[in-house]
Amino acid sequence: MTEAVATTRVDPGEKRQGFGHLLLSEWTKLRSVRSTVWSLIILVVLTLGFTALFTWLTVMSWDQTNASDRATIIADPTSQILGSGFFLSQLAICVLGVMVIASEYSTGMIRASLLAVPKRWPMLAAKCVVFGGLVLVLGVAVSFGSFFIGAPILHNKAPVSLSDPGVLRAVIGGGLYLAMLGLFALAIGAIVRHTAAAITGVIGFVLVLAPLAQLLPGSIGDHIHAYLPTEAGHLIGQATQAPDDLLSPWEGYGVFAIWTIGLLAIATFLLQRRDA
Amino acid sequence: MIEARNLTKRYGDKVAVDHLSFTVEPGRVTGFLGPNGAGKSTTMRLILGLDRPQTGDATINGRHYRDLPRPLRTVGALLEAKAVHTGRTAYNHLLFLAQTQGVDKKRVDEVLHLVGLNEVARKRAGGFSLGMGQRLGIAAALLGDPAVLLLDEPVNGLDPQGVIWIRNLMKQLAAEGRTIFVSSHLMNEMAVTADHLIVIGRGKLVADCSTDEFIDRSTERSVFVRSPDPDRLAQAIVAAGGKVRGQSDGQLDVAEMESARIGELAAADGIVLHELTPRRGSLEDAFMELTRESVEYETPAGEEVATHD
Repeated sequence: MTEAVATTRVDPGEKRQGFGHLLLSEWTKLRSVRSTVWSLIILVVLTLGFTALFTWLTVMSWDQTNASDRATIIADPTSQILGSGFFLSQLAICVLGVMVIASEYSTGMIRASLLAVPKRWPMLAAKCVVFGGLVLVLGVAVSFGSFFIGAPILHNKAPVSLSDPGVLRAVIGGGLYLAMLGLFALAIGAIVRHTAAAITGVIGFVLVLAPLAQLLPGSIGDHIHAYLPTEAGHLIGQATQAPDDLLSPWEGYGVFAIWTIGLLAIATFLLQRRDA
Repeated sequence: MIEARNLTKRYGDKVAVDHLSFTVEPGRVTGFLGPNGAGKSTTMRLILGLDRPQTGDATINGRHYRDLPRPLRTVGALLEAKAVHTGRTAYNHLLFLAQTQGVDKKRVDEVLHLVGLNEVARKRAGGFSLGMGQRLGIAAALLGDPAVLLLDEPVNGLDPQGVIWIRNLMKQLAAEGRTIFVSSHLMNEMAVTADHLIVIGRGKLVADCSTDEFIDRSTERSVFVRSPDPDRLAQAIVAAGGKVRGQSDGQLDVAEMESARIGELAAADGIVLHELTPRRGSLEDAFMELTRESVEYETPAGEEVATHD
């Protein structure tokens, strides 16, 4: 064995690793697992497909729809258009958000990651920026796509245009909601560290528990429901504030952001403290 | 150079590493030896900052691992447990690691070639055999051309050719002046690879010396003698300063005396000898003997295995 171990000069360098290096590395991690790439493609296709299908079904069953439901749709067609597809895509984002961190623990790869970034928190921060950024770009694109598919279908029953008040904010807000949801799920994945448990927890909360809180009685129940992270967060995807919404769209998004930042702070604290 | 000072790690009420101190010098292969469960992997994880010790600390070239500006350029590590995402290709696994350190992409191809994985670089690591996985781990350890290498059971799963390859690689790296710290539970493997040994049992230091010294110190010599007149021979041996440890059916087990001296004593007293055989305990026996007290998971037959020669 006479082969030299290194011919490319590797400079041990005193220069600290830059955050840019970590962003690049997290991007490589994200794009180099085939299941992640496929999940995102399927998410885009299904969301657009379901938006078309559900909007079409709304139009088809218009004559059987009761007056108050019709009034709700006419008051905020954007919310109707975005809502149908986003029910599906938020499921996928919850799973992906958990997977990007929990799969590092389940495969043991976290050890390689932490040996490369022993300060630990910059790795998590870079992951949040890259994953959150990707979901934001994709989410906004899907949101616009859904709107431009749904609006013409719904046009005869409930006309809506991007220039109507609040509509542009709501369409962009659809992407903002998904990006924050991705980080919310990522934080839970980092805290729980077990893929199955974290996915069950996030989906159970987002899709089952939080909506159920609506059934809590009285004004206390209304307030609890209004301030739950995802319930508050998806207000950003509505063009107008409904009469029974306690929070405005941006207030709601702020509440969601505070929950997410809180969970990420806990995740960071635990990452620094726990044995890997 | 790696320095461990007074390291202690408990998991719950189980002590994995117990006030352990040692130094690993550059320029030689230092074997880290101990039975399964002795705390070797835990000690390596403590040095690498993956786990936190309850007492003491460990430094690499005078710094804590977490304070190294670009750690993989100073320290390369192969851990016993797999640290690779099964869905990612070997190339991409090394690429993301290289990117965290600002190491050039060319270096990824170079280490893949070095460990002989260049043909399967674009295949997913989930399909790799144990030996290929081990080679990928070694590639990751060498990625930053580090001055210090920690290898936890590197020959695990390698075929004989691979074992020789890693052995020579470690010697070459040490000859280049690097610090090589390699763990194993196989004494014989260490005897041919390591220049220096750090032996632990139940998390405590058992020996810290050169491999030659360890072999000399811990393998006991004895001489097996058969004679029709064992009692007279035993008396003569004891009188001349030897030790007779066992005597039955005309067979003697003599310690602390060379076989030539026993032959001379027998000739002087006119005692007939039927057999005179010098024996040396194997290295494996010595290791077993030394760490018997500290074996974590002893099999019921462990005692017999240890005394059998």
